[in-house]
Amino acid sequence: MKIPDNLLYTKEHEWVLINGKKAKMGITDFAQEHLGDVTYVEPPDDNKAVKQFEMVTTIESVKAASDVYAPLSGKVTQFNSSLEASPELINKSPYEDGWIALIELSDESEKKNLMNKSQYEEYVTKLSTRE
Amino acid sequence: MQNTTDLKNTPLVDEHVNLKAKMAPFAGWNMPIQYEGIISEHLHTRQVASLFDICHMGEFYFKGDALSSGLDRIFSFSLNDIPMKRCRYGAILNEKGGIKDDLIVYRISLDEWMIVVNSATIEKDKKHIESHLKKGSEFKNLSGETAKLDLQGPLSRDIISKLIDPAAAKLKYYSFDYFDILGERNIISRTGYTGELGYELYISSGKVVELWRHLLKDKRVRPAGLGARDTLRLEMGYTLYGQDVDEETTPLEGNLERYLNFNKEFIGRDALFRQKEKGISKILIAFKAQSRRAPRHGYSILKDGKEIGIVTSGSFSPSISCGIGLGYVDIRHSKNGEAILIKSGPTEIEATICEKPFYKNTSIRLRMNRLF
Repeated sequence: MKIPDNLLYTKEHEWVLINGKKAKMGITDFAQEHLGDVTYVEPPDDNKAVKQFEMVTTIESVKAASDVYAPLSGKVTQFNSSLEASPELINKSPYEDGWIALIELSDESEKKNLMNKSQYEEYVTKLSTRE
Repeated sequence: MQNTTDLKNTPLVDEHVNLKAKMAPFAGWNMPIQYEGIISEHLHTRQVASLFDICHMGEFYFKGDALSSGLDRIFSFSLNDIPMKRCRYGAILNEKGGIKDDLIVYRISLDEWMIVVNSATIEKDKKHIESHLKKGSEFKNLSGETAKLDLQGPLSRDIISKLIDPAAAKLKYYSFDYFDILGERNIISRTGYTGELGYELYISSGKVVELWRHLLKDKRVRPAGLGARDTLRLEMGYTLYGQDVDEETTPLEGNLERYLNFNKEFIGRDALFRQKEKGISKILIAFKAQSRRAPRHGYSILKDGKEIGIVTSGSFSPSISCGIGLGYVDIRHSKNGEAILIKSGPTEIEATICEKPFYKNTSIRLRMNRLF
């Protein structure tokens, strides 16, 4: 399972790449593996305002529908429109081609509530052994 | 979640674990849901051939006189009408006409039948049948000692012919015979739950691991789990017992009237006559979504803002790339082409009532113009 070291992570298995006031987000390799084949990602409303850890969109797999939460507060400025025709990009490339949304951040200090690579790795290992 | 230690395992559990299957509870059994992924397993079944562990299903054996024993009146069709070495799909009903189970009956000889039932209903069906049988006939539950593998897909005929017996290639749709399966004489039938050309192989539980490995030696064959089995059956519009039909629904409501023979006596027939006379108020329909969004079990079905029914099965269809489903609706809004809205909380999916099957280009009847 891949966990890149330049990203920050949530307990709900979203990742975020922060670049100044802007951030790109998606779901982790662990999350896509558990969801199975992704069949649909709901495009969020343009300029949707989101709060940290609140729902930003819904992902559907063959098995179930799951909510995706915003890793940080802000405004959704772009949705990865490739996902409309090819939602399987989330399975194939969860950290790159399968990114979900761009967010314009309203409070960068919130990143203190997120995990770094080694913290997330430890968190996921604990979850896996409990299963 | 159910405690996994209470679950029953099929004899193939170690094979599934070694193949890194995702296991989950199904009807009291610890079953493989997927190996590589539901969509790839689904498409491989439609295009090549897949192997399914169906050991959880139940098998009963009956020897005797179907009529005088009381067996025949338990079934919605006539047991004596089934030609030798042929299978028939049908149902057993309660007195109210509700469906106790759907099943397939195999006519072995003039006075022998095999009855194949759903896994969750084995004990219930056994009790029901035994309570209606008179003395003097032989009725046995062989579920524990009998294993079953389904080989399904357009290449399954070629594979069964090479790996088991070339004579099995001659089996016609819904027929069966006994073959030498790894040294054991047992049943192969040309039946299945996927809509593709396919076979169900019966073998003693002690030999099923060997048969599983033997069939997987052919590199065209890949294992498929219950996830793909569910999307495959749903694309054909086949009902799933306990989800689309149960004791609270009748075959008339479940749109299964063609599997009833009203010219013979059967438990539930009088109730169905009454229901026919009165007219049914709801019926099971198939519908297709306008998007990739999947309807799910329990979502509401709306027409012009008013609730007219409920979804019983729903999924993304890997073959036609849109949401599909089955559900009960008010009979007044059940025509093909009718626009409906599937709703659950903020989720709204536009859909249209359509005919079954959703996916038509299958190999089930061995069309000669197909590539495979």
